[in-house]
Amino acid sequence: MSQQSTQTGQEINEAAPEQPAGRTGGLGSEKRNVLKESPGFYARAWRKLRKDTLSMIALVVTIIIVIFSFGAPVIARLTGLDYMTGNYAAVLVGPFENGENILGTDNNGRDILTRLAYGGRISMTVASLSLIFSLAIGMTVGSVAGFFGGAIDSVLMRLVDVILSIPGITLLLLLSVWFRPGPIGLSFVIAALGWTGVSRLIRGEVLSLKNRDYVDAARVTGASNRQIITRHIFPNVIPIVLVWASLSLPSLILYEAALSYLGFGVGIPNPSWGNMLDDSRSYFTQSWTFAFFPGFMIFISALAINLLGNGLRDALDPRLGE
Amino acid sequence: MTRYIIRRLLGMIPLLLGVSFMVFALLNLVPGSPTDQFEFNPNIKPSDLERIRENLGLNAPWYQRYFIWLGNALQGDLGISFRNYVPVWTTIKSALPNTLVLSLAALLISIVFAIPVGVLSAVKRNSVFDRVTNIFATGFYSMPSIWLGMLMIILFSVKFQQWGLPSMPVSGVKDLRGGGDIWDRIVHLVMPAMTLALVSVAGWTRYIRSQMLEVVRQDYMRTADAKGLTKRVTIQRHAFKNAVLPLVTLIGLDIPNLFGGALIVENVFGYRGIGQVTIEALQSNDYSVAMATVMMLAFLTVLGNLIADVLYGVLDPRVRYD
Repeated sequence: MSQQSTQTGQEINEAAPEQPAGRTGGLGSEKRNVLKESPGFYARAWRKLRKDTLSMIALVVTIIIVIFSFGAPVIARLTGLDYMTGNYAAVLVGPFENGENILGTDNNGRDILTRLAYGGRISMTVASLSLIFSLAIGMTVGSVAGFFGGAIDSVLMRLVDVILSIPGITLLLLLSVWFRPGPIGLSFVIAALGWTGVSRLIRGEVLSLKNRDYVDAARVTGASNRQIITRHIFPNVIPIVLVWASLSLPSLILYEAALSYLGFGVGIPNPSWGNMLDDSRSYFTQSWTFAFFPGFMIFISALAINLLGNGLRDALDPRLGE
Repeated sequence: MTRYIIRRLLGMIPLLLGVSFMVFALLNLVPGSPTDQFEFNPNIKPSDLERIRENLGLNAPWYQRYFIWLGNALQGDLGISFRNYVPVWTTIKSALPNTLVLSLAALLISIVFAIPVGVLSAVKRNSVFDRVTNIFATGFYSMPSIWLGMLMIILFSVKFQQWGLPSMPVSGVKDLRGGGDIWDRIVHLVMPAMTLALVSVAGWTRYIRSQMLEVVRQDYMRTADAKGLTKRVTIQRHAFKNAVLPLVTLIGLDIPNLFGGALIVENVFGYRGIGQVTIEALQSNDYSVAMATVMMLAFLTVLGNLIADVLYGVLDPRVRYD
């Protein structure tokens, strides 16, 4: 019985944006056939996204950065250099100045290209882990607060208010004193701040979804709270969450960079884009490219993911785009 | 109105209490203590260490110390720094004005940039101007402020000096050799304020643009058009005010970001403000100073939100408080 109502819920939801096209005239069984033939919600979104040149360029750039970062050992093999050992005979070499170091060397004579790759691996890992942790906490808190309301809702949302009253980076600094070493600890720190946004978003959405007719219908058929949340509400929240995720990933990258730059994040000798920027501070006069490259990597990955997020938003939710 | 303000001011109290409790707990549960610096000093006997701890009031359990701190803070006594034993208020008094000047200057620059650009790109929607500003806005939005600041230093300070052009000062609030007059301070403020402004101006431009597009669709705009008013008049007299109004709220909500950004920018430019003080305090387990600065920022944030809400009500007669 509950299975049946799930079917109905999704049908209403998926058919709704299709109505203006004027292809589905009939009701009942006829409509069901059309639905079977027409592409699903995500297939349609992908089709739309693929037509958007800028988003596709952004996607390609993102993939390249991910391959570059997670292929760090391969890059190290290609350059023949590792990220730890420095050559003190060649310190602060500019790009293309010698045959060995394509992007030059840092203040310890270490190869910048190799370090960028390893740094990217850490930066990307921290950013994606903190995104996953933020989503896990934020979605749980948001759906519980929105669904049950009342005192639980008040307590959780006041907690969000408290966290949002402290400038984000200050809170991160406070927390990072606890978990200083390690990318996983750092991801938890960033997630401790990151979940607030998504929890508010989910709460609002759940509040508006929980009184829809199909949720009432499911309740009438005897579905439990857990079933209603996981089978009827979550599937409708996912598009918004996807957009939120892609648009907040850049700020997570920026947070990681800022923390590592301030000396509260990834510690030496492990490179991250942030702490490479920190290393370069005293050498602006000798080698400006040393400061340029790590910052450029942060910038270009944040930019690519932002553009991708914009495209995704337009593709997944026509109401959100102007 | 007065009743609304009073109610909101009362609402600030539990929020700030929550923030102070959380921050105090975070600071004091962290491994490490202000007396760590004496731990390995052979000249300090364990009994001396004990005496120092007793004098600083560090032997009581942390939750007791919280209430002691709270009682003192409410009477205006923020304690003394655990690092150099100067009253906390003296440290804050010397740093806070710098941060406020920096943030306000950045805010002013952002507004002066964002309003005309946002309005114009909405009026000339999809024009070349609109597309170019869109690209710049996304670019600056993804820009790490650390890197932007560094690039400014490299270009306007380091390279300009090398090329023999008039260059900007690299760091500091004022010139240490006899500087400190108004002009000298402005020269030192330009680059940090621009860095801070450029990162936030992007979001605001897009926001004003979308507000403007929203307003242009309203019925009263059509009426104004139908009366035969020129486009210039309809935009200036009818659309502009309504589109810019929500900016007041946005500024209020953006205050934590502004302070957070200031913290990083202060670090890049060696601009001595609250952010620098906070970082130093956290690095040396100087709880009393860290506690005071974080609370100061939280207080200003909450107050900023309140002022934004109240101002919105004053400016928009449709908003009713009861």
